[in-house]
Amino acid sequence: MGASRLMDQDEVRRAVTRIAHEIVERNKGASATVLVGIAARGDDLARRLAAEIERIDGTAVPVGALDITFYRDDIGMRAEAPEVHETRIDFDINARTVVLVDDVLFTGRTIRSALDALVDFGRPTAIQLAVLVDRGHRELPIRADFVGKNVPTRKEEDVRVELREVDGQDAVLLEERVHAGGAEGP
Amino acid sequence: MNRHLLSIHDLSASDIVRVLDTAESFREVGTRVIKKVPALRGRTIVNLFYENSTRTRISFELAAKRLSADVINFSTSGTSVSKGESLKDTALTLQAMGADAIVIRHPSSGSPLTLTRWVRGSVLNAGDGTHEHPTQALLDLYTMRDRLGRIEGLRVAIVGDVLHSRVARSLSLALAKMGAETTLVGPPTLIPPDATAWGVQVSHDVESVLPKLDVCYLLRVQRERQRQQYFPSVREYARLFGLTRERVTMLPDPALVMHPGPMNRGVEIDSDVADLPRSVIEEQVTNGIAVRMSLLYLLLAGQASDGGAADV
Repeated sequence: MGASRLMDQDEVRRAVTRIAHEIVERNKGASATVLVGIAARGDDLARRLAAEIERIDGTAVPVGALDITFYRDDIGMRAEAPEVHETRIDFDINARTVVLVDDVLFTGRTIRSALDALVDFGRPTAIQLAVLVDRGHRELPIRADFVGKNVPTRKEEDVRVELREVDGQDAVLLEERVHAGGAEGP
Repeated sequence: MNRHLLSIHDLSASDIVRVLDTAESFREVGTRVIKKVPALRGRTIVNLFYENSTRTRISFELAAKRLSADVINFSTSGTSVSKGESLKDTALTLQAMGADAIVIRHPSSGSPLTLTRWVRGSVLNAGDGTHEHPTQALLDLYTMRDRLGRIEGLRVAIVGDVLHSRVARSLSLALAKMGAETTLVGPPTLIPPDATAWGVQVSHDVESVLPKLDVCYLLRVQRERQRQQYFPSVREYARLFGLTRERVTMLPDPALVMHPGPMNRGVEIDSDVADLPRSVIEEQVTNGIAVRMSLLYLLLAGQASDGGAADV
Protein backbone atom coordinates (compact mmCIF):
# COMPACT_ATOMS: atom_id res chain seq x y z
CA MET A 1 0.00 0.00 0.00
CA GLY A 2 1.59 3.28 -1.10
CA ALA A 3 2.12 6.26 1.15
CA SER A 4 1.86 9.76 -0.25
CA ARG A 5 4.22 12.45 0.98
CA LEU A 6 2.47 15.45 2.57
CA MET A 7 5.63 17.29 3.62
CA ASP A 8 9.29 16.76 2.79
CA GLN A 9 12.40 17.73 4.74
CA ASP A 10 12.43 21.36 3.58
CA GLU A 11 8.73 21.86 4.24
CA VAL A 12 9.10 20.48 7.78
CA ARG A 13 12.04 22.83 8.39
CA ARG A 14 10.15 25.86 7.07
CA ALA A 15 7.06 24.99 9.11
CA VAL A 16 9.13 24.74 12.31
CA THR A 17 10.79 28.09 11.57
CA ARG A 18 7.44 29.77 10.89
CA ILE A 19 5.84 28.37 14.06
CA ALA A 20 8.85 29.57 16.08
CA HIS A 21 8.33 33.08 14.67
CA GLU A 22 4.61 32.94 15.45
CA ILE A 23 5.25 31.82 19.04
CA VAL A 24 7.65 34.74 19.59
CA GLU A 25 5.25 37.20 17.95
CA ARG A 26 2.14 36.03 19.79
CA ASN A 27 3.87 36.08 23.18
CA LYS A 28 5.81 39.32 22.54
CA GLY A 29 9.13 37.59 22.96
CA ALA A 30 9.77 34.25 24.59
CA SER A 31 11.06 35.20 28.03
CA ALA A 32 8.01 33.82 29.88
CA THR A 33 7.46 30.91 27.51
CA VAL A 34 8.26 27.24 28.07
CA LEU A 35 7.84 24.37 25.62
CA VAL A 36 6.45 20.95 26.55
CA GLY A 37 6.50 18.27 23.88
CA ILE A 38 4.26 15.23 24.02
CA ALA A 39 6.22 11.98 23.78
CA ALA A 40 7.06 10.52 21.34
CA ARG A 41 8.13 13.01 18.60
CA GLY A 42 6.39 16.05 20.11
CA ASP A 43 9.40 16.33 22.44
CA ASP A 44 11.81 16.27 19.47
CA LEU A 45 9.76 18.96 17.71
CA ALA A 46 9.78 21.03 20.90
CA ARG A 47 13.60 20.92 21.01
CA ARG A 48 13.77 22.09 17.37
CA LEU A 49 11.34 24.92 18.08
CA ALA A 50 13.43 25.96 21.09
CA ALA A 51 16.58 26.08 18.94
CA GLU A 52 14.76 28.26 16.35
CA ILE A 53 13.35 30.56 19.03
CA GLU A 54 16.82 31.00 20.48
CA ARG A 55 18.14 31.89 17.01
CA ILE A 56 15.32 34.38 16.36
CA ASP A 57 14.85 35.95 19.76
CA GLY A 58 18.05 35.16 21.62
CA THR A 59 16.04 33.54 24.44
CA ALA A 60 16.87 30.07 25.71
CA VAL A 61 13.46 28.51 26.27
CA PRO A 62 13.15 25.57 28.72
CA VAL A 63 12.00 22.35 27.02
CA GLY A 64 10.21 19.49 28.75
CA ALA A 65 8.79 16.15 27.68
CA LEU A 66 5.36 14.94 28.76
CA ASP A 67 4.03 11.40 28.59
CA ILE A 68 0.24 11.34 28.75
CA THR A 69 -0.24 7.58 29.15
CA PHE A 70 -1.48 7.73 32.76
CA TYR A 71 -4.10 10.32 31.75
CA ARG A 72 -5.55 8.54 28.73
CA ASP A 73 -9.32 8.08 28.59
CA ASP A 74 -9.11 4.57 27.15
CA ILE A 75 -7.16 2.84 29.93
CA GLY A 76 -9.06 -0.30 30.76
CA MET A 77 -10.48 -0.59 27.25
CA ARG A 78 -7.41 -2.20 25.73
CA ALA A 79 -5.98 -5.69 26.04
CA GLU A 80 -2.51 -4.46 27.07
CA ALA A 81 -1.48 -1.60 29.33
CA PRO A 82 -0.23 1.17 27.02
CA GLU A 83 3.54 1.62 26.86
CA VAL A 84 4.91 4.47 28.95
CA HIS A 85 7.46 7.09 27.87
CA GLU A 86 9.57 9.44 29.93
CA THR A 87 8.15 12.61 31.47
CA ARG A 88 10.74 15.26 32.27
CA ILE A 89 9.64 18.76 33.23
CA ASP A 90 12.46 20.01 35.45
CA PHE A 91 11.38 23.66 35.52
CA ASP A 92 8.53 25.58 37.10
CA ILE A 93 5.49 26.10 34.86
CA ASN A 94 3.69 28.41 37.33
CA ALA A 95 3.05 31.87 35.86
CA ARG A 96 4.56 30.81 32.50
CA THR A 97 2.99 30.39 29.09
CA VAL A 98 3.26 26.71 28.21
CA VAL A 99 3.33 25.84 24.52
CA LEU A 100 2.32 22.21 24.16
CA VAL A 101 3.93 20.64 21.10
CA ASP A 102 2.71 17.54 19.26
CA ASP A 103 3.29 16.07 15.82
CA VAL A 104 -0.30 15.40 14.69
CA LEU A 105 -3.58 16.87 15.93
CA PHE A 106 -6.41 14.43 15.25
CA THR A 107 -9.24 13.60 17.67
CA GLY A 108 -7.94 15.99 20.35
CA ARG A 109 -7.95 13.28 23.02
CA THR A 110 -4.17 13.32 23.46
CA ILE A 111 -4.33 17.07 24.05
CA ARG A 112 -7.12 16.70 26.60
CA SER A 113 -4.96 14.18 28.48
CA ALA A 114 -1.99 16.53 28.25
CA LEU A 115 -4.02 19.42 29.70
CA ASP A 116 -5.00 17.22 32.65
CA ALA A 117 -1.38 16.19 33.15
CA LEU A 118 -0.03 19.75 32.96
CA VAL A 119 -2.25 21.09 35.71
CA ASP A 120 -0.67 18.52 38.04
CA PHE A 121 2.62 20.38 37.54
CA GLY A 122 1.32 23.84 38.33
CA ARG A 123 -0.82 26.71 37.13
CA PRO A 124 0.47 28.25 33.92
CA THR A 125 -0.65 31.73 32.80
CA ALA A 126 -1.82 30.20 29.54
CA ILE A 127 -1.47 26.99 27.57
CA GLN A 128 -1.07 27.18 23.79
CA LEU A 129 -0.87 24.35 21.29
CA ALA A 130 1.55 23.93 18.39
CA VAL A 131 1.28 21.00 15.97
CA LEU A 132 3.14 20.09 12.81
CA VAL A 133 0.02 18.68 11.14
CA ASP A 134 -3.69 19.26 11.80
CA ARG A 135 -5.59 16.46 10.08
CA GLY A 136 -9.11 17.29 11.32
CA HIS A 137 -11.72 14.86 12.75
CA ARG A 138 -11.85 16.41 16.22
CA GLU A 139 -13.90 14.59 18.85
CA LEU A 140 -13.41 17.30 21.50
CA PRO A 141 -13.63 21.11 21.44
CA ILE A 142 -9.87 21.62 21.03
CA ARG A 143 -7.98 23.69 18.44
CA ALA A 144 -4.33 24.48 17.72
CA ASP A 145 -2.79 27.96 18.06
CA PHE A 146 0.10 27.20 15.70
CA VAL A 147 -0.21 24.77 12.79
CA GLY A 148 2.53 23.66 10.38
CA LYS A 149 0.12 22.36 7.78
CA ASN A 150 -3.62 21.69 7.60
CA VAL A 151 -4.31 18.43 5.80
CA PRO A 152 -7.78 17.14 4.88
CA THR A 153 -7.85 13.40 5.54
CA ARG A 154 -10.25 10.50 5.70
CA LYS A 155 -10.69 8.92 9.11
CA GLU A 156 -9.42 5.58 7.82
CA GLU A 157 -6.11 7.12 6.81
CA ASP A 158 -3.03 7.45 8.99
CA VAL A 159 -0.78 10.48 9.11
CA ARG A 160 2.75 9.46 10.02
CA VAL A 161 5.37 12.00 11.01
CA GLU A 162 8.99 10.92 10.70
CA LEU A 163 11.73 12.92 12.35
CA ARG A 164 15.49 12.71 11.90
CA GLU A 165 16.01 12.15 15.64
CA VAL A 166 13.95 8.94 15.71
CA ASP A 167 13.40 7.84 12.12
CA GLY A 168 16.53 9.09 10.35
CA GLN A 169 14.66 11.48 8.05
CA ASP A 170 12.09 14.29 8.14
CA ALA A 171 8.80 13.58 6.37
CA VAL A 172 5.05 13.60 6.83
CA LEU A 173 3.31 10.68 5.13
CA LEU A 174 -0.33 9.83 4.45
CA GLU A 175 -1.16 6.15 4.24
CA GLU A 176 -4.07 3.73 4.39
CA ARG A 177 -4.53 2.29 7.84
CA VAL A 178 -3.10 -1.21 7.94
CA HIS A 179 -4.23 -2.15 11.41
CA ALA A 180 -7.17 -1.35 13.66
CA GLY A 181 -6.58 1.36 16.23
CA GLY A 182 -4.96 4.70 15.57
CA ALA A 183 -1.28 5.47 15.38
CA GLU A 184 -1.76 8.85 17.07
CA GLY A 185 -2.84 7.51 20.43
CA PRO A 186 -6.11 8.38 22.08
CA MET B 1 2.09 -10.18 31.13
CA ASN B 2 0.27 -12.71 33.21
CA ARG B 3 -2.89 -11.51 34.96
CA HIS B 4 -1.56 -12.42 38.40
CA LEU B 5 1.79 -11.99 40.10
CA LEU B 6 2.29 -14.97 42.38
CA SER B 7 5.91 -15.78 41.79
CA ILE B 8 8.95 -14.54 39.88
CA HIS B 9 8.27 -17.56 37.65
CA ASP B 10 5.26 -15.63 36.27
CA LEU B 11 7.60 -13.07 34.68
CA SER B 12 9.99 -13.38 31.76
CA ALA B 13 13.23 -11.39 31.71
CA SER B 14 11.61 -8.94 29.29
CA ASP B 15 8.56 -8.62 31.58
CA ILE B 16 10.93 -7.71 34.42
CA VAL B 17 12.61 -5.05 32.28
CA ARG B 18 9.18 -3.66 31.41
CA VAL B 19 8.19 -3.51 35.09
CA LEU B 20 11.43 -1.69 35.97
CA ASP B 21 11.21 0.73 33.01
CA THR B 22 7.60 1.59 33.83
CA ALA B 23 8.57 2.08 37.48
CA GLU B 24 11.05 4.71 36.26
CA SER B 25 8.09 6.80 35.04
CA PHE B 26 6.25 6.31 38.31
CA ARG B 27 9.27 7.44 40.29
CA GLU B 28 9.07 10.70 38.33
CA VAL B 29 5.41 11.00 39.41
CA GLY B 30 6.65 10.68 43.01
CA THR B 31 8.77 13.82 42.57
CA ARG B 32 5.84 16.04 41.47
CA VAL B 33 3.94 18.44 43.70
CA ILE B 34 0.83 16.37 43.00
CA LYS B 35 2.09 12.81 43.31
CA LYS B 36 -0.93 11.24 41.73
CA VAL B 37 -2.11 10.18 38.28
CA PRO B 38 -5.61 9.07 37.23
CA ALA B 39 -4.52 5.81 35.57
CA LEU B 40 -6.60 3.46 37.77
CA ARG B 41 -9.49 5.77 38.60
CA GLY B 42 -12.58 3.78 39.52
CA ARG B 43 -10.70 0.54 40.22
CA THR B 44 -10.86 -1.16 43.59
CA ILE B 45 -7.80 -2.74 45.15
CA VAL B 46 -8.04 -4.78 48.34
CA ASN B 47 -5.11 -5.30 50.69
CA LEU B 48 -5.85 -8.65 52.32
CA PHE B 49 -3.28 -9.15 55.07
CA TYR B 50 -3.32 -12.30 57.20
CA GLU B 51 0.04 -11.33 58.71
CA ASN B 52 1.04 -8.01 60.16
CA SER B 53 3.23 -6.16 57.75
CA THR B 54 2.80 -2.46 58.15
CA ARG B 55 5.54 -1.52 55.67
CA THR B 56 4.39 -3.67 52.79
CA ARG B 57 0.77 -2.76 53.35
CA ILE B 58 1.48 0.96 53.48
CA SER B 59 3.64 0.72 50.38
CA PHE B 60 0.87 -1.02 48.42
CA GLU B 61 -1.72 1.37 49.80
CA LEU B 62 0.27 4.42 48.75
CA ALA B 63 0.97 2.88 45.33
CA ALA B 64 -2.73 2.25 44.73
CA LYS B 65 -3.73 5.71 45.96
CA ARG B 66 -1.17 7.42 43.74
CA LEU B 67 -2.81 5.60 40.83
CA SER B 68 -6.20 7.00 41.96
CA ALA B 69 -7.60 3.55 42.74
CA ASP B 70 -9.91 3.00 45.69
CA VAL B 71 -8.17 1.01 48.41
CA ILE B 72 -9.68 -1.21 51.04
CA ASN B 73 -7.48 -2.54 53.82
CA PHE B 74 -8.71 -5.83 55.12
CA SER B 75 -6.64 -7.02 58.04
CA THR B 76 -7.65 -10.13 59.81
CA SER B 77 -7.82 -9.05 63.42
CA GLY B 78 -11.21 -7.77 64.52
CA THR B 79 -12.88 -8.88 61.30
CA SER B 80 -14.92 -11.79 60.04
CA VAL B 81 -11.69 -13.79 59.76
CA SER B 82 -11.24 -13.73 63.53
CA LYS B 83 -14.80 -15.03 63.67
CA GLY B 84 -13.64 -18.06 61.69
CA GLU B 85 -14.39 -17.11 58.09
CA SER B 86 -12.43 -19.21 55.61
CA LEU B 87 -10.14 -17.75 52.95
CA LYS B 88 -12.62 -18.94 50.36
CA ASP B 89 -15.57 -17.11 51.86
CA THR B 90 -13.52 -13.96 52.35
CA ALA B 91 -12.42 -14.19 48.71
CA LEU B 92 -15.99 -14.66 47.47
CA THR B 93 -17.12 -11.68 49.53
CA LEU B 94 -14.41 -9.45 48.07
CA GLN B 95 -15.26 -10.78 44.63
CA ALA B 96 -18.92 -9.90 45.16
CA MET B 97 -17.90 -6.38 46.12
CA GLY B 98 -16.12 -5.97 42.80
CA ALA B 99 -12.44 -6.04 43.74
CA ASP B 100 -10.30 -5.53 40.64
CA ALA B 101 -7.16 -6.69 42.42
CA ILE B 102 -6.35 -8.41 45.69
CA VAL B 103 -2.97 -7.96 47.32
CA ILE B 104 -2.53 -10.87 49.70
CA ARG B 105 -0.08 -11.54 52.53
CA HIS B 106 -0.58 -14.95 54.13
CA PRO B 107 1.43 -17.21 56.46
CA SER B 108 0.74 -20.29 54.30
CA SER B 109 2.78 -20.82 51.16
CA GLY B 110 0.55 -21.12 48.11
CA SER B 111 -2.46 -19.18 49.46
CA PRO B 112 -2.28 -16.58 46.65
CA LEU B 113 -2.44 -19.33 44.06
CA THR B 114 -5.47 -20.84 45.80
CA LEU B 115 -7.09 -17.41 45.84
CA THR B 116 -6.89 -17.14 42.05
CA ARG B 117 -9.40 -19.98 41.77
CA TRP B 118 -12.13 -17.93 43.44
CA VAL B 119 -11.69 -14.41 42.12
CA ARG B 120 -11.86 -12.85 38.67
CA GLY B 121 -9.52 -9.92 39.38
CA SER B 122 -5.73 -9.92 39.63
CA VAL B 123 -3.98 -11.46 42.60
CA LEU B 124 -0.67 -10.03 43.79
CA ASN B 125 1.44 -12.00 46.19
CA ALA B 126 2.72 -9.73 48.97
CA GLY B 127 4.47 -12.61 50.72
CA ASP B 128 3.24 -16.16 51.29
CA GLY B 129 4.77 -18.31 54.02
CA THR B 130 8.33 -19.27 53.16
CA HIS B 131 7.51 -19.32 49.44
CA GLU B 132 7.87 -15.97 47.64
CA HIS B 133 7.69 -12.19 47.94
CA PRO B 134 8.03 -11.14 44.30
CA THR B 135 7.34 -7.41 44.66
CA GLN B 136 10.20 -7.11 47.17
CA ALA B 137 12.57 -8.82 44.71
CA LEU B 138 11.49 -6.47 41.91
CA LEU B 139 12.05 -3.34 43.99
CA ASP B 140 15.47 -4.72 44.95
CA LEU B 141 16.34 -5.23 41.27
CA TYR B 142 15.13 -1.72 40.51
CA THR B 143 17.37 -0.29 43.25
CA MET B 144 20.39 -2.25 42.01
CA ARG B 145 19.85 -1.17 38.40
CA ASP B 146 19.27 2.42 39.44
CA ARG B 147 22.46 2.58 41.53
CA LEU B 148 24.78 0.34 39.51
CA GLY B 149 23.40 0.81 35.99
CA ARG B 150 22.78 -2.85 35.25
CA ILE B 151 21.74 -6.19 36.74
CA GLU B 152 23.42 -8.61 34.37
CA GLY B 153 26.77 -9.74 35.71
CA LEU B 154 26.33 -8.24 39.19
CA ARG B 155 27.74 -10.33 42.01
CA VAL B 156 25.23 -10.44 44.84
CA ALA B 157 25.44 -12.17 48.22
CA ILE B 158 22.27 -12.86 50.18
CA VAL B 159 23.30 -13.28 53.80
CA GLY B 160 21.25 -14.75 56.61
CA ASP B 161 18.26 -17.00 57.16
CA VAL B 162 17.77 -18.06 53.56
CA LEU B 163 15.86 -21.18 54.59
CA HIS B 164 12.84 -19.30 55.93
CA SER B 165 13.11 -16.30 53.63
CA ARG B 166 10.60 -15.74 50.86
CA VAL B 167 12.59 -12.63 49.98
CA ALA B 168 15.73 -14.70 49.37
CA ARG B 169 13.87 -17.15 47.15
CA SER B 170 12.20 -14.50 44.99
CA LEU B 171 15.36 -12.42 44.75
CA SER B 172 17.58 -15.40 43.82
CA LEU B 173 15.15 -16.43 41.09
CA ALA B 174 14.90 -12.89 39.73
CA LEU B 175 18.67 -12.33 39.80
CA ALA B 176 19.25 -15.64 37.98
CA LYS B 177 16.68 -14.64 35.37
CA MET B 178 18.47 -11.34 34.78
CA GLY B 179 21.93 -12.89 34.56
CA ALA B 180 23.41 -11.88 37.91
CA GLU B 181 25.59 -14.19 40.02
CA THR B 182 24.17 -14.93 43.45
CA THR B 183 25.85 -16.45 46.49
CA LEU B 184 23.80 -17.51 49.50
CA VAL B 185 25.68 -17.06 52.76
CA GLY B 186 24.72 -18.33 56.21
CA PRO B 187 25.11 -21.16 58.70
CA PRO B 188 24.43 -24.57 57.07
CA THR B 189 21.23 -24.95 59.12
CA LEU B 190 19.76 -21.83 57.46
CA ILE B 191 20.65 -22.62 53.84
CA PRO B 192 18.11 -24.85 52.06
CA PRO B 193 19.70 -28.16 50.97
CA ASP B 194 18.33 -27.77 47.42
CA ALA B 195 19.61 -24.19 47.06
CA THR B 196 21.94 -24.96 44.17
CA ALA B 197 18.85 -25.74 42.09
CA TRP B 198 17.99 -22.00 42.24
CA GLY B 199 21.06 -21.29 40.13
CA VAL B 200 23.17 -19.94 43.01
CA GLN B 201 26.45 -20.56 44.85
CA VAL B 202 26.55 -21.32 48.56
CA SER B 203 29.11 -20.20 51.13
CA HIS B 204 29.35 -20.36 54.91
CA ASP B 205 32.17 -17.83 55.22
CA VAL B 206 31.01 -14.26 54.83
CA GLU B 207 34.50 -12.72 54.90
CA SER B 208 35.70 -14.70 51.90
CA VAL B 209 32.69 -13.49 49.87
CA LEU B 210 32.64 -9.77 50.71
CA PRO B 211 35.67 -8.59 48.65
CA LYS B 212 34.11 -9.89 45.41
CA LEU B 213 30.66 -8.28 45.69
CA ASP B 214 28.63 -5.58 43.99
CA VAL B 215 25.74 -6.00 46.44
CA CYS B 216 25.65 -7.37 49.99
CA TYR B 217 22.00 -8.15 50.75
CA LEU B 218 21.27 -8.86 54.41
CA LEU B 219 18.23 -10.75 55.65
CA ARG B 220 16.46 -10.14 58.91
CA VAL B 221 17.39 -12.66 61.59
CA GLN B 222 14.29 -13.78 63.39
CA ARG B 223 14.97 -14.36 67.04
CA GLU B 224 12.42 -17.15 67.26
CA ARG B 225 14.64 -19.24 64.94
CA GLN B 226 17.20 -19.31 67.69
CA ARG B 227 14.62 -20.78 70.05
CA GLN B 228 14.02 -23.38 67.35
CA GLN B 229 17.80 -24.01 67.54
CA TYR B 230 18.77 -23.09 63.99
CA PHE B 231 21.72 -21.22 65.52
CA PRO B 232 23.12 -21.27 69.06
CA SER B 233 22.72 -17.58 69.97
CA VAL B 234 21.96 -14.23 68.42
CA ARG B 235 25.36 -12.96 69.58
CA GLU B 236 27.17 -15.80 67.89
CA TYR B 237 25.22 -15.17 64.69
CA ALA B 238 26.18 -11.50 64.80
CA ARG B 239 29.83 -12.39 65.35
CA LEU B 240 29.99 -14.93 62.50
CA PHE B 241 27.66 -13.41 59.90
CA GLY B 242 26.76 -9.85 60.93
CA LEU B 243 27.92 -7.01 58.69
CA THR B 244 30.07 -5.23 61.23
CA ARG B 245 31.93 -1.94 60.95
CA GLU B 246 35.13 -3.91 60.31
CA ARG B 247 33.65 -6.28 57.75
CA VAL B 248 31.97 -3.59 55.67
CA THR B 249 35.40 -2.21 54.73
CA MET B 250 36.12 -5.51 52.96
CA LEU B 251 33.53 -4.62 50.30
CA PRO B 252 34.77 -2.99 47.08
CA ASP B 253 34.17 0.78 47.07
CA PRO B 254 31.03 1.02 44.91
CA ALA B 255 29.32 -2.03 46.48
CA LEU B 256 25.88 -1.53 48.02
CA VAL B 257 24.44 -2.77 51.29
CA MET B 258 20.75 -3.68 51.09
CA HIS B 259 18.16 -4.95 53.55
CA PRO B 260 14.43 -5.61 53.05
CA GLY B 261 13.61 -4.25 56.54
CA PRO B 262 12.78 -4.17 59.31
CA MET B 263 16.42 -4.29 60.46
CA ASN B 264 17.83 -5.68 63.68
CA ARG B 265 20.57 -3.15 64.25
CA GLY B 266 23.45 -4.88 66.00
CA VAL B 267 22.49 -8.35 64.81
CA GLU B 268 22.70 -8.82 61.03
CA ILE B 269 23.91 -5.24 60.52
CA ASP B 270 25.86 -2.86 62.77
CA SER B 271 24.01 0.35 63.46
CA ASP B 272 26.79 2.50 61.91
CA VAL B 273 26.81 0.34 58.79
CA ALA B 274 23.10 0.85 58.22
CA ASP B 275 23.68 4.60 58.05
CA LEU B 276 26.59 4.56 55.58
CA PRO B 277 26.04 6.21 52.17
CA ARG B 278 26.45 2.80 50.51
CA SER B 279 23.46 1.47 52.49
CA VAL B 280 20.47 2.08 50.24
CA ILE B 281 17.82 0.73 52.58
CA GLU B 282 15.64 3.85 52.52
CA GLU B 283 15.92 4.05 48.72
CA GLN B 284 14.57 0.51 48.59
CA VAL B 285 11.49 1.75 50.45
CA THR B 286 10.97 4.75 48.14
CA ASN B 287 11.53 2.65 45.03
CA GLY B 288 9.09 0.07 46.38
CA ILE B 289 6.18 2.47 45.87
CA ALA B 290 7.15 3.13 42.23
CA VAL B 291 7.65 -0.57 41.49
CA ARG B 292 4.29 -1.49 43.04
CA MET B 293 2.61 1.29 41.05
CA SER B 294 4.21 -0.15 37.94
CA LEU B 295 2.94 -3.65 38.72
CA LEU B 296 -0.60 -2.52 39.55
CA TYR B 297 -0.65 -0.43 36.39
CA LEU B 298 0.66 -3.21 34.13
CA LEU B 299 -1.66 -5.84 35.64
CA LEU B 300 -4.82 -3.70 35.78
CA ALA B 301 -4.62 -1.15 32.98
CA GLY B 302 -4.85 -3.86 30.35
CA GLN B 303 -8.13 -5.24 31.65
CA ALA B 304 -11.73 -4.27 31.29
CA SER B 305 -12.89 -2.34 34.34
CA ASP B 306 -15.76 -4.62 35.38
CA GLY B 307 -13.54 -6.82 37.53
CA GLY B 308 -13.30 -9.39 34.76
CA ALA B 309 -10.27 -9.97 32.59
CA ALA B 310 -10.50 -9.01 28.95
CA ASP B 311 -7.82 -11.48 27.93
CA VAL B 312 -9.01 -14.71 29.56
